[in-house]
Amino acid sequence: MNAPLLAAVIGLALPGSALAQDTLPRPAGIAPGDVAEGARLVADRQKSLCVLCHSGPFPNPHLQGNLAPDLKGIGARLTADEIRLRVTDMKRLNPNSLMPSYAASQAGERVGMAWRGRPILAEQEIEHIVAYLASLKE
Amino acid sequence: MKARLALMVLLCAGEAAAQEIPAAERRSGTDFMSAQTRAVQEDDTANPGMLWVLQGETLWNEPAGAAGRSCASCHGEAATSMRGVAARYPAFDAASGAPIDLAGKIDQCRTERQKAKSLPRESEDALGLAAYIGHQSRGMPIASPDDARLDAARAEGKRLFETRMGQLNLACSSCHDANWRGRLGGSAVTQAHPTGYPIYRLEWQAVGSLQRRMRGCMVGVRAEPFAYGAAEYIALELYLNSRAAEMPIETPGVRP
Ligand code: HEC
Ligand code: HEC
Repeated sequence: MNAPLLAAVIGLALPGSALAQDTLPRPAGIAPGDVAEGARLVADRQKSLCVLCHSGPFPNPHLQGNLAPDLKGIGARLTADEIRLRVTDMKRLNPNSLMPSYAASQAGERVGMAWRGRPILAEQEIEHIVAYLASLKE
Repeated sequence: MKARLALMVLLCAGEAAAQEIPAAERRSGTDFMSAQTRAVQEDDTANPGMLWVLQGETLWNEPAGAAGRSCASCHGEAATSMRGVAARYPAFDAASGAPIDLAGKIDQCRTERQKAKSLPRESEDALGLAAYIGHQSRGMPIASPDDARLDAARAEGKRLFETRMGQLNLACSSCHDANWRGRLGGSAVTQAHPTGYPIYRLEWQAVGSLQRRMRGCMVGVRAEPFAYGAAEYIALELYLNSRAAEMPIETPGVRP
């Protein structure tokens, strides 16, 4: 797809946004991520839940969902900074997204006791996931 | 323009401008199951839910409580008197001035007419009676009463169905209206029709109620579930019944 069209469409869907806000730098005080740790987190069905919606080059393909884009080759399609924005808070790009906001505590009503006031993942855990996904080049 | 429109649709797909499912596209959870699980549901000698139905039949005929009467003492043959009953619950309960579900109605008869101890929700006896009574309506279309006194609760059920809940910030409609064709992990999402309840769920190795199923979805999105018997679940059930109007009852359903 050509970039101006994409920009126009995102602008349409989300007035006021521009391609420049399509990235998020690594936060201060967060160390570069660990690829192996990121792979473990992405595959974790209880904690990060990614594979409930996404398929990709992960273990147990028959237990992967299909509610979201396949993450195969995601590191060739998106930069680390673009991936970080999406994993941190997809709703900044698409307020209606099905994908939960992992760092922002943008939760719905009646959050369960054990989860109240907490993000789904810590910033450092997101950084591990970013390093892993950025490594998926093909 | 076409490409732009397609992309817009793509960007908005996956979510909660969630369109209700047109009547012609409605499909029971049964349609999403493997042929093998479907065969278990359809064969009464293989369907484990039938054990609860049989247990319910025993209770139906057994005198209980200080009144010393059985359900049958008042209602006679369930095959006649209970046919179609499950198809029209929840109904309006004049005594409490609120909607009541079938489990609540059964318990009302227990405590007020039989003068027996209340049956806790999800107890084997409560599920057995609900399965037995539900089974009498198998094959009949869901026909929620056309009763204006239920309108407010039904509207509340729709609001709840479309409210994003829990740490994952998802509404029932995010999955069951917008993504029913998809798979969440290894499971078909389905349209969340209440046609089979109480169901025998392979994952539970037991029969459970619609409220137990809804509770599971709430816990799944990391929300605090409502208490069993809560008005919110009854409101949700009323709305689910309006989404599933005319669909045939399958009790006891089998689900993965
Ligand atoms: C409940 C569903 C759901 C879960 C759970 C989920 N995602 Fe997503 N994700 C989506 C959807 C839907 C999209 C498509 C973009 C949109 O919503 O507009 C998406 C998009 C993405 C993208 C951009 C893909 C592309 O091709 O542009 C990345 C990267 C991503 N998700 C990573 C993750 C990771 C990593 C996790 C877990 C930590 C995760 N997702 C969990 C639903 C989900
Ligand atoms: C994140 C996705 C998701 C959300 C949100 C969700 N559900 Fe579900 N629901 C599912 C899946 C997946 C199944 C099927 C599970 C299985 O078969 O193992 C299911 C099954 C059901 C069923 C059983 C249907 C049948 O055929 O027996 C009902 C009823 C139901 N959900 C109601 C609800 C209600 C009410 C809510 C909101 C309070 C809700 N769901 C929220 C994913 C979801």
